[in-house]
Amino acid sequence: MKRRLVTFGNALGVFAALLLLWQLVLWIFRVPPFMLPSPWAVARAVVARFPSLLTSLSITAREAGGGLAASIVVGVIIALIFAQSRWVRRMLYPYTILLQTVPIVAIAPLILMWVGAGEVSVTLIAFIISLAPVIANTTQGLVSVDENLVHLFLMHNASPQQLLFKLRLPNAVPSLFVGIRIASGIAVIGAITGELYAGSSRIGEGGLGYSILYASSQLQTDYLFALVLAATVLGFGFFFIVMFFEWYFLHRWHESARTPDTE
Amino acid sequence: MTEGFVAPQVELTKVSKQYGNGRVVLDALDITIAKGEFVTLLGPSGCGKSTVLKLVAGLTAPSSGSIQVDGMTPTNARETVSYIFQDATLLPWRTVRHNVGLGLELEGVNGSRRKDKTSTLLGLVGLEHVADAYPRELSGGMKMRVSIARALATSPRLLLMDEPFAALDEMTRDRLNEEILRLRAQEQWTAIFVTHSVAEAIFLSMRIVVLAANPGRVHAIVPVEFPFPRTAALRSTPGFGDLVLRVSRTLREALPQ
Repeated sequence: MKRRLVTFGNALGVFAALLLLWQLVLWIFRVPPFMLPSPWAVARAVVARFPSLLTSLSITAREAGGGLAASIVVGVIIALIFAQSRWVRRMLYPYTILLQTVPIVAIAPLILMWVGAGEVSVTLIAFIISLAPVIANTTQGLVSVDENLVHLFLMHNASPQQLLFKLRLPNAVPSLFVGIRIASGIAVIGAITGELYAGSSRIGEGGLGYSILYASSQLQTDYLFALVLAATVLGFGFFFIVMFFEWYFLHRWHESARTPDTE
Repeated sequence: MTEGFVAPQVELTKVSKQYGNGRVVLDALDITIAKGEFVTLLGPSGCGKSTVLKLVAGLTAPSSGSIQVDGMTPTNARETVSYIFQDATLLPWRTVRHNVGLGLELEGVNGSRRKDKTSTLLGLVGLEHVADAYPRELSGGMKMRVSIARALATSPRLLLMDEPFAALDEMTRDRLNEEILRLRAQEQWTAIFVTHSVAEAIFLSMRIVVLAANPGRVHAIVPVEFPFPRTAALRSTPGFGDLVLRVSRTLREALPQ
């Protein structure tokens, strides 16, 4: 616990030093505020426009969260299909890689054209971009079961359902969480990127990505910084929520979820 | 011994096993194991001892020859067979209690009967105090005890054990050997045990089948006539030492030149 406090203190110290450096750069080079606002101006922007900041944050959180939830559900279902046979995997796996390599900036305009601007298409973008890691990791977990455990189940005449629900699925949970952790990060990025293209159907109202675009067009650089800050907070938030669930489900039996403090 | 408990007989007739790459693992193996007998397969690595167990369990099919467990095919006889692997092969996400109950659960035994049986077995192997612990909290020896309890929970009449104590230190191994015999005194299941420890083979079994490698075949059969119940003291008798020497010599002859 004490060590944790020290670590936290160090991180805080680094943060203070960065703020100081930022302020020094402004003083020494006399940077105009529309290029780089002072930390103080950013803080003021956060307070002054807190309600609209919160609205943007919650819109993006909804889109990223919805996309992530959909990719978890769909990803697990696809992984279950992949786990059925090597033949199915060989046939369909290349398309997963395709999903992973297609640049989201390239298909975003298409989705905008098909679905129209707004939260639905942004959620769709977040879903598409975060699907591949869930499929890949869950499939890996479903397939890589200790052969002797399979033999053990067969010795007790286990049904295919029992093999799936009592062996393969629980065995896949740790790697499912690896997938979700990766997916949660890129779902947020996907949502913000998506908003740059398809952010809002109404001028001046939208998620973080849309508002960043809008703020930069209006040269509201201090608010733009506040939005970037909010995006970071959102990314962290997603990460910690996933970490919590991972800890909750795995800490009793899986090594990866042990807290370092137990060493 | 339980009333009406009939241990099965295992018969391997001219069993050969050849892998896809052409390597012959077993060549025309003839082994008959009597009802209630404890037989150990001893041999150098590559002699196919583990393959014999997999064949008897029906986890792999022979290339030729036939295997009968109580007159049935191995797959049909599975209900009466339990398998103990070299690793404890526990489900890490289940507590000790639920690991022990796994076989019963898979076979559809209802909750309360399962609980009774599991508790009895946890008592039998001395693990009540860790019943709600997860496998990763246990030592290697304790994990193996859980594995044994799980195997016995389904009241098997034939136990197949594939080097179950190979990864343990010698003291733990000796203790578990004694425990196996103590457990078997209650229900005389038939046992096929695989090991490469000569002392372990002698201590446990009524008959040792020494296998030679490349391809795997029966090299010699050594009866072990020490009376049951056997205790730890047996290991320090001159007769035991003599037999260890004799079996070791036979095993050396079986090694590829």
